[in-house]
Amino acid sequence: MSSIVLILLTGVGLGALYFLVASGLSLIYGLMHVLNFAHGAFLTLSAFIGWQVAQALGTASWGSFVVSILVGALVGAVFATLTELVLIRPLYERHIEQVLVTVGLSFAAVALFEGIWGTDAVNIAGPAWLKETTEILGARIPNTYWVLMLAAALVLVALVLFLKKTRYGMIIRAGVENRSMVTALGIDVRRSFTLVFAIGGAAAGIGGVLAMHYTTFVSAHLGATLLIFAFIVTVIGGLGSLTGAAIASVLVAVLQQFANVYLSGTGDFIVVVLLAVVLLVRPTGLMGRKA
Amino acid sequence: MTVTTGVPTLIPGRRGAALPFVVGAALVVVMAVLPLLNISIPGILPGATYTPGTLALLSLCMVFAALALSYNLLLGTSGMLSFGHALYFGAGAYGLGLALKLVGVPLWPGVLIALVGGLAIAAFTGAISMRVSGIPFAMVTLAFAQAGSVLVRRNQDVTGGEEGLRLPVDQIPAWLVGVSNTRNLYWVTLVVLVIVYLVVLWVDRSRLGHLAQATRENELRVQVLGLRPYAAKLLVFVAAALCASLAGIAYMLLQSGTQPSAVGADLTITVLVMVVLGGVGFRWGAIVGGVLYTILDQRLTVLARAEWIRDLPDVLRIPLSEPLFLLGVLFILVVMFLPGGIAGTIDAAVRRRRGERTRSQLRQIDDADDAVAEPAAVRA
Amino acid sequence: MSAPILTVSHLSASIAGQQVVEDVSFQVPATGITAVLGRNGVGKTSTIRGILGLISRRGEVTLAGERIDTLPTYRIVQRGVGYVPEDREVFAALTVAENLALAERDKKPRREFVAELFPDLVARRAQLAGTLSGGQQQMVSVARALLNENRILLVDEPTKGLAPKIVGEVAQALQEAAKIVPILLVEQNLDVVRRLADDAIVIAGGRVVHTGKAREILDDDALTTRLLGVSAEAHA
Repeated sequence: MSSIVLILLTGVGLGALYFLVASGLSLIYGLMHVLNFAHGAFLTLSAFIGWQVAQALGTASWGSFVVSILVGALVGAVFATLTELVLIRPLYERHIEQVLVTVGLSFAAVALFEGIWGTDAVNIAGPAWLKETTEILGARIPNTYWVLMLAAALVLVALVLFLKKTRYGMIIRAGVENRSMVTALGIDVRRSFTLVFAIGGAAAGIGGVLAMHYTTFVSAHLGATLLIFAFIVTVIGGLGSLTGAAIASVLVAVLQQFANVYLSGTGDFIVVVLLAVVLLVRPTGLMGRKA
Repeated sequence: MTVTTGVPTLIPGRRGAALPFVVGAALVVVMAVLPLLNISIPGILPGATYTPGTLALLSLCMVFAALALSYNLLLGTSGMLSFGHALYFGAGAYGLGLALKLVGVPLWPGVLIALVGGLAIAAFTGAISMRVSGIPFAMVTLAFAQAGSVLVRRNQDVTGGEEGLRLPVDQIPAWLVGVSNTRNLYWVTLVVLVIVYLVVLWVDRSRLGHLAQATRENELRVQVLGLRPYAAKLLVFVAAALCASLAGIAYMLLQSGTQPSAVGADLTITVLVMVVLGGVGFRWGAIVGGVLYTILDQRLTVLARAEWIRDLPDVLRIPLSEPLFLLGVLFILVVMFLPGGIAGTIDAAVRRRRGERTRSQLRQIDDADDAVAEPAAVRA
Repeated sequence: MSAPILTVSHLSASIAGQQVVEDVSFQVPATGITAVLGRNGVGKTSTIRGILGLISRRGEVTLAGERIDTLPTYRIVQRGVGYVPEDREVFAALTVAENLALAERDKKPRREFVAELFPDLVARRAQLAGTLSGGQQQMVSVARALLNENRILLVDEPTKGLAPKIVGEVAQALQEAAKIVPILLVEQNLDVVRRLADDAIVIAGGRVVHTGKAREILDDDALTTRLLGVSAEAHA
C-alpha cells in the first residue's frame, strides 16, 4: 500500500514538473504552430541564474528560495520574449524555419552555457526541509515533490484565470482555435504571440529552478531531457490544450514511476510506448482537436 | 512546379544532363587518389593528404556526408522533418558491434545483420511515426530516438552503457585494423559514400521519388489522385534509414567503437544543421554540408585552444571557444537569411540568371503545411 | 452617384502556390447589397479572402479612396471592413458573449442594435458557441460584423446549409444591416440574391465575366443558365 501511495504522490509531483514545462510548449504550439526547441534553454538559463541569486542571498533560507524562483520566472520570460521578437517574429508564417531557428538557438545556447558554467554538473543546495521527507500513509515522500505540486497548481490556476478572465486570454483561446479568423476581426495576433512566449518562458523558468532542486544539480543539459518529456506530454495531451497537458503530465509521470518501481527501471521506455499507443489510437492526442 | 535535382544544369540539353555524372565521377577519382598524394592545406587539414590524421578526418567527413545525404532524402525529397534519424545511424553502429560481440560472426555477416536490424527498426518506428505528419511527426521521431538512447545507456553489460561499445577487432580482417591501415578505411568509407549517393539518386529519380516529391508539395492532391502517399513515404523513410545504418557501420569501423551519442536527438540535430547549411533538397548540398560541418567543428575546436583566443576578455573568449555555439549561430543566420543553404543560394542565383522563379525547399514545405491547414480554401 | 466604397483592380490570388483568382476587377457602390455570383470553385471565396489579405494576393484594392492591398489583414479590418466568413468560423470554445466581445473594436460598439436584431443571442449569451445550431452560429457571425461601424461588410455564403426558415431570418438580418452599411455578398441561393441584391458581379474561371443589376441578370434565363449553370426559375 505504501509503495502505491509513493508511486502516486511522486508521480503527481513529477507530473507537476512536466506540466510547468509543457504548459508553455502547448500554448505556444497551439497558437503559433511553432515547436519551441529553445524551451529547454529558457529552463536551463533560469536555473543557472536562479542558483547564482540563491547563492548570493544564502541558500538555506526560504526567502532566497522564493526569490530565486521569481528570478527564474523573470529570466525565462525575458529570454523567451527576446527569442520571439528577434528570431520568431521575422519568420512570420514560416513554421518550419521557425522550428529550425529554435533548434539552432538551443544548440548554440547549450554550448554557450557549457562555456560559461562548465560541462560538469554543479551541486546545489536549498532550504533544509527540501532534503527531508514527509510520511503519508506509510510512504516517505521527499519534500521537493510538495513544492513542485504547489508551484504547478499555482501556475495552472494563474493560467486558467488569465485565459478565462482577460481579453488577451480570450484572444489566445480564440487564436488556438482559429488564428486567421482572429486577424479577420481586426486583432494583431503578433502581440499575443510575444505574450504567449513570455508566459511559456516564465513557466519554464519556474520549472527550471524547481527541476534543479529536484535533481539537486544544475548543468547545461538540464533542459534537454526534461524538454523531451515535455514534448511527449504535449503530444499525448493534445497540442494546444492546457487541460490536456495537465492530464497528460500526471498520467505520463505516474506511469513512469510505476514502471520504474515495478518494471525494473524502464520508466523512460514505457513513456515512449505510451506515446506510440496514443498516436496509434488517437493521433490528435487526448484532448486535441480532431484535425 | 520545378523539382530541383542535384547539380544545377549549367548547360541545357543532353550535354548538360551528363555534366553532373562527369563531375561526380571525376570527384570520386580525385578522392580515391588523395591518400597517394602529398597535398597540404594548412588551416583546414591537420597534415598532408597521405597522413593517417588527415585521412581519418576526411573519412569522418565522408561518413557524415553519407548520413547527411540520407537525411536529405527525408527532408528534401519527402518533406519529412525527423528528429530521430540518428536512431538508424546508431542502429548500424551498435548493430555491427553487437553482432560481432554477441553472435561471434566475422565482418561481412555482421554488416548484414546490422543492416537487417536497422531495416526492422526503421519499418517499425516509421510505420508508427507516420500516423501523424508535420510537427507531431517530428516529435514522435524524437521520442523514439530518445528511447533508443535510453535503451543503449541503461544496458551496461550489453552495450557498454555510457562508455560505449568497442568493436571486437579479432573478427575484423587485418587490413581494416590499425593506424597504418587508415588508408583502407578511407577507401571503404569512400565506397560507402558512393553507394549511399547512388541509392539516394536512384530513389530521387524513380517513380517512388517523384511520388514522394509530389506528396511533399501537396499531399491532398496525391490522395485525391488515388495514389498512396503513406506507402511511398514509408518506403522512402526506410530507404533513408538503411543508408543511415550503412553510414553507422562505416562509422563503427572507422572509430573502432561507438557511444550513446550516436543514437540520440543531438546527432540528428547535428545532421539537420549539416543539411540546412548545405542546402535542403540538393544532394551535392548535403555532401557539402556534411564535409563543411565536420571540418569546421574540428578546426574551430583547434582554434579554441589558440593563444590569442585565451587572451581575449571573457565576453569574447567564451563564445569563440565553443565550436557548437558558433555553428549554432551560423545555422540560425542561414535559416533566417539564406534558407536555401549553400547549394540553394547558388542554384537560385543560376536560375534567376535564366529568368526562372525560385522558391527554397523549406518554403515549399511551409506551403504544403499551409495547404493542409486550409483545405476549404484549396477546394474553392 | 457617389463614389464606390470598394474598388478592386486586377486582383489575383494564390493558395500554396496554386493560382485561384486570375484577374478580377470590380467596384462596389457605397450603398446597398452587391452580390457576387458564380459556380462552385470559380474563386468567389478566394476573391473575398484576397481582398482581406487572408491569402497571398497581388493587385490593387481601394477602400473609400485608400489603398488597402499593402496592409496586413488586421489593419484592413481595422479600417472598417466587417467579415462574415463562409462556414461561420465562430470560436467554439468561447461563449456567445465572448465571441461578440472579441469582435468589438469601436469605443461604443452597437450593442443595442445587435441585441434588437438577434434577441435569441442575448438569451444565449453564456452558451458555448460550439453548441449552437448552424443558424444560431450564423447569427453570431453576422452580429460580430455589425458591432462596429464598418464601411463595408464582406459576407460569404451566409445561408449555406441552413433550413429555409433560418435562411429567411438571415436574409432579414442582412436586409436590416444593409440600411446602415454596404454589403458585398457571395451567395449561391438565387432567391436570396433576388430578394436582397441591387447589383451583381458574375465570376467564372477566376475572372469577372458580367456585371449589372441583379434583377436583370436573374430575369435573363439564358444568361443565368450559361453563367451559373442553373436556371433561376427552377430555383424557386
